[in-house]
Amino acid sequence: MNIHEYQAKQIFAKYDVPVPKGIMVESVKDAVIAAQELGGPVWVVKAQIHAGGRGLGGGVKLAKNLDEVEALANEILGMTLVTHQTGPEGKLVQKLYIEDGADIQSELYLSVVLDRKLEMPLIMASTEGGMNIEDVAENTPELIVTVPVDPAIGFQGFHGRELAFGLGITDKAEQKNIITFAQKLFKLYMELDAEMIEINPLVKTGKGEFIALDGKMGFDNSALGRQPEIAAMRDLTEEDPDEVEAAKYGLSYVALDGEIGCMVNGAGLAMGTMDTINHMGGTPANFLDVGGSANAETVAKGFEIILKNPNVKAIFVNIFGGIVRCDRIANGIIEATKITDVNVPVIVRLDGTNAPEAAEILKNANIANLIVGDDLGDGAAKAVAAAKGN
Amino acid sequence: MSILVNKDTKVIVQGFTGKEGSFHAEQCIDYGTNIVGGVTPNKGGQTHLGQPVFNTVAEAVKATGATVSMIFVPPAFVGDAVMEAAEAGIELAVIITEGAPVKDMQAAKAHATKHGMMTIGPNCPGVITAEECKIGIMPGMIFKKGNIGLISKSGTLTYEGANQVCNEGYGITTAVGIGGDPIIGLSYNQILPMFEADPDTECIVMIGEIGGDLEIQAAKLIKEQITKPVVAFIAGQTAPKGKTMGHAGAIVSGSAGTAKEKMEALEAAGVKVVVSPAEIGKAVKELLS
Repeated sequence: MNIHEYQAKQIFAKYDVPVPKGIMVESVKDAVIAAQELGGPVWVVKAQIHAGGRGLGGGVKLAKNLDEVEALANEILGMTLVTHQTGPEGKLVQKLYIEDGADIQSELYLSVVLDRKLEMPLIMASTEGGMNIEDVAENTPELIVTVPVDPAIGFQGFHGRELAFGLGITDKAEQKNIITFAQKLFKLYMELDAEMIEINPLVKTGKGEFIALDGKMGFDNSALGRQPEIAAMRDLTEEDPDEVEAAKYGLSYVALDGEIGCMVNGAGLAMGTMDTINHMGGTPANFLDVGGSANAETVAKGFEIILKNPNVKAIFVNIFGGIVRCDRIANGIIEATKITDVNVPVIVRLDGTNAPEAAEILKNANIANLIVGDDLGDGAAKAVAAAKGN
Repeated sequence: MSILVNKDTKVIVQGFTGKEGSFHAEQCIDYGTNIVGGVTPNKGGQTHLGQPVFNTVAEAVKATGATVSMIFVPPAFVGDAVMEAAEAGIELAVIITEGAPVKDMQAAKAHATKHGMMTIGPNCPGVITAEECKIGIMPGMIFKKGNIGLISKSGTLTYEGANQVCNEGYGITTAVGIGGDPIIGLSYNQILPMFEADPDTECIVMIGEIGGDLEIQAAKLIKEQITKPVVAFIAGQTAPKGKTMGHAGAIVSGSAGTAKEKMEALEAAGVKVVVSPAEIGKAVKELLS
């Protein structure tokens, strides 16, 4: 789960990680009031959406007086912001963060992520702040400092020294500042079950202090149960409504831009089904994993969500029953055809637990538009043909 | 022969009396798995599914001599359960539970390693040695005995792959579902050498997916150490970037972890890479005939 910049900064502040003063607002009027409260002399008006690259997209701008704050709030609030992370459709800006301007001497980069290879958190830093870190890693990898921290021993002095010297910081007061900063960040990363924290840019002020000018945080979904304060920060308007709806029924759904709706059990087989369709000349309209406890209701819901997409020309149901029993899926398909108007061909491949019973159920139901696939390859081929109108 | 487990392996179940634990333990017993007991705190002394229940793993190990534990406890308690098994002297913990916090698994795996305990999973179908021992939730009937070793991050692709192999007239030695979480126990690079050393395994099927670089590491190891033919499929060639595809670990971050780079690395290591899971069976047949 991801949160907004203003929320990440609330968390930072709680852990004594320095951030500029700021106020989140949802109207132009409140933006001006917030700016007055902050006092100036300059402010930054920042769009709050769950995506990076906001500045380049025109969602972060500097105001030198209250009139400019008002004009910029007017401009940014309600705009559809397109960045390299939003996709071409962009994201609607519904919240603004009005922030005090900072005294910037230099811009750095700092993040904490899980290193899957080392199986421990990794602190990453660079003197190349404000840039896309992937480009830095690609072009000038020597400018990236990486410090893995084993949680069993926690953040030690040497971790801090590796970080400070790695960034070429020679002033003793500045060394102390960056080390304390990183130490607090690591503490909150661990305590809050964060998946990643990224501060880009991290700013060094004229006084040699370090301030988080930006803040991006993602959390481990599996740990939200024990992090109620974090869970409460979830902003559903930032998520795909169909994905949210699907999740309520235990379905894992991701919309794609193709023509063949997919309903599959298991994430791996669901991806494999998309790949097979693609390989056979078709295009998948979605990823949909019905999960291990699929029943008639969830299958019907799956159909409903798939059919909301006007591009869908055929649906491929591909189930290899282990825990999921094929007869339940077959009943779900029949149920779905009663509840929703399934107006496209449905190709069904059911294998594994109770597959013969399922075949019998489907045969007896006599549903128009239903085509049986003998195996994965056969089912995918028939789905591709059906989507092309053959 | 086989790897990791066989008909003599003594298995206990952590979370034995819970709904999931009970259901699957019973299926395992029916398959022939030598389940010698289970652990549920405060139910010690009872009998469940004809086997003794213990309060702690240490007691269970002492009384039964079990070396493997199948873990079904709820997600929030997985880390605890794994560390308990490690300290009690269990040699292999098979963690079926889905949704364990990553931080817990990180600590638990580090602790297991310190105590010399291997882990499989979490969020996996388990491990099965065909017609001998099933420790997990896979449908046992599709795993016919034979000469193909199988390693997979995905449960249902394990079934798909095993089924195709068997439909082509071959069978399985051992199949291991390693799970699709960001931190997992045994992976390709520990299991591939086991299959290489197993005299009954003639060919290996490995099924991977987008995210992380375990398949890239596997490609290196295969090139250097594996002489047996390997068939591979990588799921997620059509997955969009930056989206988690069901499995918590299945995400392409930036340009890293794509199916394409994994497929190319495996091909360069001499692996027969198929573009669709529908071709796994045929590819095995091609390599063995």
